[in-house]
Amino acid sequence: MFGLANPQKFMDATRRLPAVLGVVTVGLFAAGIWLSFTAPEDYQQGDTVRIMFVHVPASWLALMVYSVLGGCSFFALVFRHSLADAAARAAAPLGAAFTLLALVTGSLWGRPMWGTWWEWDARLTSVLVLFLFYLGYMALRASIDDEQKAGRAAAVLALVGLVNLPIIRFSVDWWNTLHQPASVLRMGKPTMTADLLTPLLVMGLAYMALFFTLWIVSIHAEIRQRRANALALKAAGNA
Amino acid sequence: MTGFLTLYRRELALAWGKGGGALLACAFYACIAALVPLAVGSDPQRLGVVGPGVAWIALALSTLLSLERLYERDYEDGTLDLLALGPIPLEAVALAKGLAQWTAGGLPLAVAAPLAALLLGGTPAALPLTFAAALIGGLGFAFVGSMGAALALGAKRGGVLIAVVVLPLFCPPVIFGAGALEAFTAGMNWLPGLAFLTAYSLAAVALTPFAAAAAVRNALS
Repeated sequence: MFGLANPQKFMDATRRLPAVLGVVTVGLFAAGIWLSFTAPEDYQQGDTVRIMFVHVPASWLALMVYSVLGGCSFFALVFRHSLADAAARAAAPLGAAFTLLALVTGSLWGRPMWGTWWEWDARLTSVLVLFLFYLGYMALRASIDDEQKAGRAAAVLALVGLVNLPIIRFSVDWWNTLHQPASVLRMGKPTMTADLLTPLLVMGLAYMALFFTLWIVSIHAEIRQRRANALALKAAGNA
Repeated sequence: MTGFLTLYRRELALAWGKGGGALLACAFYACIAALVPLAVGSDPQRLGVVGPGVAWIALALSTLLSLERLYERDYEDGTLDLLALGPIPLEAVALAKGLAQWTAGGLPLAVAAPLAALLLGGTPAALPLTFAAALIGGLGFAFVGSMGAALALGAKRGGVLIAVVVLPLFCPPVIFGAGALEAFTAGMNWLPGLAFLTAYSLAAVALTPFAAAAAVRNALS
């Protein structure tokens, strides 16, 4: 595993991976979307249940990418792998995008189901805070000029966030029971049937493949960017 | 230990001295408290509902004010380099800074909190709890905040950055503190909220100095 930590080896090993993963992504999305639209209507929610196939995988990814970010930050901080740092940097905007997607589609789903665009429900609130975490991470990274220092400070923040997310989740749950939400229909899941579960899982895989494709592409871009910066510095030094 | 105490006294003197933010934070707190009725209306019933919660948020925001200079001033004039070379580990330095931040900023704010709560329609019976919650919550705010200040070392626009980094971490104490106050006003059991708030603050005291020290080391490297 650590053999791949060398950026050059990683580049060589994964040169073709984005193309392959991209094809897999497209295939999975085609299958997932087809299955989503052919799935039977929910007896309660009607056609709006199809929003679930876009929304639920996005919220899975929102959490998964944060754990990826935390893992990369750990390796970047403890073992000082520049590749792990590049991977963390590349993961953050993707995670923020998935979180935002989850929030927006959740809001669009909430309108027909709950009759409101936004409900301060425990799950929505903690996803919103997760989104703020991503923003904080990117803001910290962007505002320190020295790349290395920015990476390490942001890694500390990502790890602090990793410790804090369960606490926040707990506190929001606690807050929610305190307030006894009156209008929220609990997400009506009378134990999901297979004809809804299959498209959901396929869409979940498609999202995951999409994330890995984009992630590897942006890690490549990040490594090339660093090389270009190093070359520019060298050229400036020689001139 | 004497080194730690000296450091603590130095931080306290700096916070209280010229350019320190302790009284400024109180003034800021008073200003927000004065703006609230202007925004939501002065009807006592309405104010009584939102007042305690808004006062609690104002408290959280006020603690942010003095954070920017906490590490930055020592970073700029080289004191932080000396501290890093000295015999006291940076973790203890972070602890001293956090404690001083709490005594200099959190304590006056905790004294001001019951006053503001009273003006914003809180019941007199809730005042001791308001003070206790502000005092305990202030500990957590101070430590999490100083960690944010250490992380933002060497950044452009440090002040706003600290707010963006730290405010999501303020969710649990805001929830627990406001929850305890609300439960008290509603005649319910307020102890769990206060207990969770205490737990969060103590965990912040125990853990954030390590993150802050790592951040300082990184900034100095």
